[in-house]
Amino acid sequence: MNKIRALVVDDNMVNQTIHHRLLKNLGIENQVVKNGKEAVDVHSSGKYFDLILMDMDMPIMNGIEATRRLRAMGIRCMIAGVTTRSLDQEKQEFMEAGLDDYQEKPLTKAKLVSILHKINYTT
Amino acid sequence: MEVGQMQRSLVDYTKSLFLEGVLDGQFLQLQQLQDETNPDFVAEVVSLFFEDSQRLLNDLTRTLDQPNVDFKIVDAHVHQLKGSSSSIGAQRVKNSCIAFRNSCEAQNIEGCMRCLQQVKQEYFLAKNKLETLFRLEQQIVAAGGSIPIMELSF
Repeated sequence: MNKIRALVVDDNMVNQTIHHRLLKNLGIENQVVKNGKEAVDVHSSGKYFDLILMDMDMPIMNGIEATRRLRAMGIRCMIAGVTTRSLDQEKQEFMEAGLDDYQEKPLTKAKLVSILHKINYTT
Repeated sequence: MEVGQMQRSLVDYTKSLFLEGVLDGQFLQLQQLQDETNPDFVAEVVSLFFEDSQRLLNDLTRTLDQPNVDFKIVDAHVHQLKGSSSSIGAQRVKNSCIAFRNSCEAQNIEGCMRCLQQVKQEYFLAKNKLETLFRLEQQIVAAGGSIPIMELSF
């Protein structure tokens, strides 16, 4: 399978660093942005990703709004919500915004591999 | 001290951190992401965690000091701290954040103040222990040894 590219969307530097490294260790090139608006902007500038790891609570634009906007822009790639929130109602709102998958933080290699399997990417 | 003894001390010390609940399995996940291309990964992530936590604890102290406490802001800060502590496996910090959010939800100022002290205590404990852990690692490397790989089997 061809190489895939991922986008990490998270405002927390600790998570940015870990998610970037988790992907890189699996051989997946990835870019990191720090809020939903930057995720939308990077797509508006014409970049394409196969996978987006989307945090929920972020300043400026949260993950729910960013996911909605990306879907409205016609972005069809796998968007996985990665968050510490676990209330059913919040999870549902995030899913309905257009997520393909939802994982609770902390993200681990096993969770990431399960996301990748859904896009038929074998590590 | 000879290298073998230093390595054993490191393994024992690391185990004690897991047994005391200072760290959990997520910390091993971080260690697995470290390799020769990236030998300081864990120390770098942990140092980001220290910076982030210190900022959040200062913000929390300031917010809880206001005459009219904005519990939404308190909750947002605690949520951040919970997220980053769980990402590095600082289990006791994470657990004290969970209790903190409950007090916050109940809008209990006294409870929040107590939880802030508890979170600070757990944070400084974790910081102290992790700094000791990295110092032990550096001593082994300086003596020409390699860092033993920890397994989950204890």
